[in-house]
Amino acid sequence: MAITVKLGSPFRRHTGGADKITSAAPDLPALFGDLESRFPGLTKHLVGDNGEPRPFLNIYVNEEDIRFLGGKNYKFADDDEVLLIPAVAGGSN
Amino acid sequence: MSSYLLGLECRGCGRVLPAEPTSICDECYSPVEPCYDYNALRGKLTREVLQSRPRDMWRYAELLPLRREPQARLPVGGTPLIEARNLGRALGHRALYIKNDSMNYPTLSFKDRVVSVALNAALEFGYDTLACSSTGNLANAVAAQAARAGIKAVVFVPADIEDAKLTASRIYGATVIRVQGNYDAVNRLCTQISQERRWAFVNVNFRPFYAEGSKTVGYEIAEQLGWKLPGAVVVPMAGGSLIGRIRKSFSELAYLGIVEDDAREVRICGAQASGCAPIARAVETGRAEITPERPDTIARSLVIGNPADGPFAARAIRESGGSAAHATDEELIEGIRLLASTEGIFAETAGGVTVAAFQKLMAQGAIDPDQPAVLVITGNGLKTAEAVANVGGEVFLIPPKLREFDRVYAGSASQAAQEQAAQELVA
Repeated sequence: MAITVKLGSPFRRHTGGADKITSAAPDLPALFGDLESRFPGLTKHLVGDNGEPRPFLNIYVNEEDIRFLGGKNYKFADDDEVLLIPAVAGGSN
Repeated sequence: MSSYLLGLECRGCGRVLPAEPTSICDECYSPVEPCYDYNALRGKLTREVLQSRPRDMWRYAELLPLRREPQARLPVGGTPLIEARNLGRALGHRALYIKNDSMNYPTLSFKDRVVSVALNAALEFGYDTLACSSTGNLANAVAAQAARAGIKAVVFVPADIEDAKLTASRIYGATVIRVQGNYDAVNRLCTQISQERRWAFVNVNFRPFYAEGSKTVGYEIAEQLGWKLPGAVVVPMAGGSLIGRIRKSFSELAYLGIVEDDAREVRICGAQASGCAPIARAVETGRAEITPERPDTIARSLVIGNPADGPFAARAIRESGGSAAHATDEELIEGIRLLASTEGIFAETAGGVTVAAFQKLMAQGAIDPDQPAVLVITGNGLKTAEAVANVGGEVFLIPPKLREFDRVYAGSASQAAQEQAAQELVA
């Protein structure tokens, strides 16, 4: 199983410029683990001390907010497209 | 004009970034907010100085995040604050006021203020396209002000917005993109587009500049109350930006010594529609985080199920000792009717929500009926006329004959009221 993960451009500071990865993570906590192993230092900005995604991070699965799909309990399906983007982030710089 | 803007302060880690078109910290990704050299302004920005300037939002320019004199300086803001004695009597409040932004320039909503700041910031940074995700009013304001400034406008709205709001964006020549989805989907799309194109999305990459325009509502309220802060304000909430900035405006005035009251004592109260009340429900249940909702209400200007400034709005309400309430579609329609029939102000659906929520807050004892309270009316009823198409006074269709008029008027509510008034006089 593989999912595509798109990272909003602001995160590229922590991803060495990468804006898209493929992951085999079965769910959100596993995806955060995968991201941390590839991009050390990124995950602490995505996840709070309580293990929940930070309030100003939006996560979409195939264009649906993951919170409507069960959040951390949602099991990714093959070919899911996951978008991680800071709320109201923008700018083309 | 000298600029007192220091930069953009991260609301997460506290770093101060240079003022640039971005809405988040490049280190921790939390939202950023303009910060100013208040100490340099103290004693300089006085009541006398402010009162000597033209009566529009630009009289508070030092407290707005621009580095230069505004290039596109329209007479935005300066809207009336009226004493609402009739509405107050109807709802048991003895010092009620309406801040009437339904007559703002140029597009009849409070969004004219925020766009004015964002547009001028966009011009400073050399952008040639103004854009937004909008439930309607913002699109109108972007389209109109971009037309006047001679730059392009591209506005994104949910496919089902009201006809008047669609028309009032198209007429200025803006490109209108109707997105098949709710506002939250529109907003996500705009966030993605803003990363691909060098456009000034007023409420995305220019959000820190845009949001500060909301503060001028608060400055004006204080000035119009005779440089006093009210006991409470009731503010409609969509993205949750306005309510927090009104609180900030009061704090700034107090810090600068322009008002003597304690800004912390103003009860900040929020109003939402029951069909989309993520912030009000977070306040009710005491939760810090916002649980997104799928909106279902006719108050389409408030249908933001995942409000960007929701956590800040909830915190502002809680810290102030204020409260929040939400109103059903039936209640908000009655709120529109009540405001119009008591004060002669025709508000859009969000205004009906504000009046209905105020009524509930009064019933809960959350608002002191003797302390000045201000209801912020943010949009014009003519833009959401379909919501009240079957509400209000009687309508008769008659042939142009005197006896036909006499016949229908004899059975009308106006005639009945006249007779009752006459009887009461005799008694």
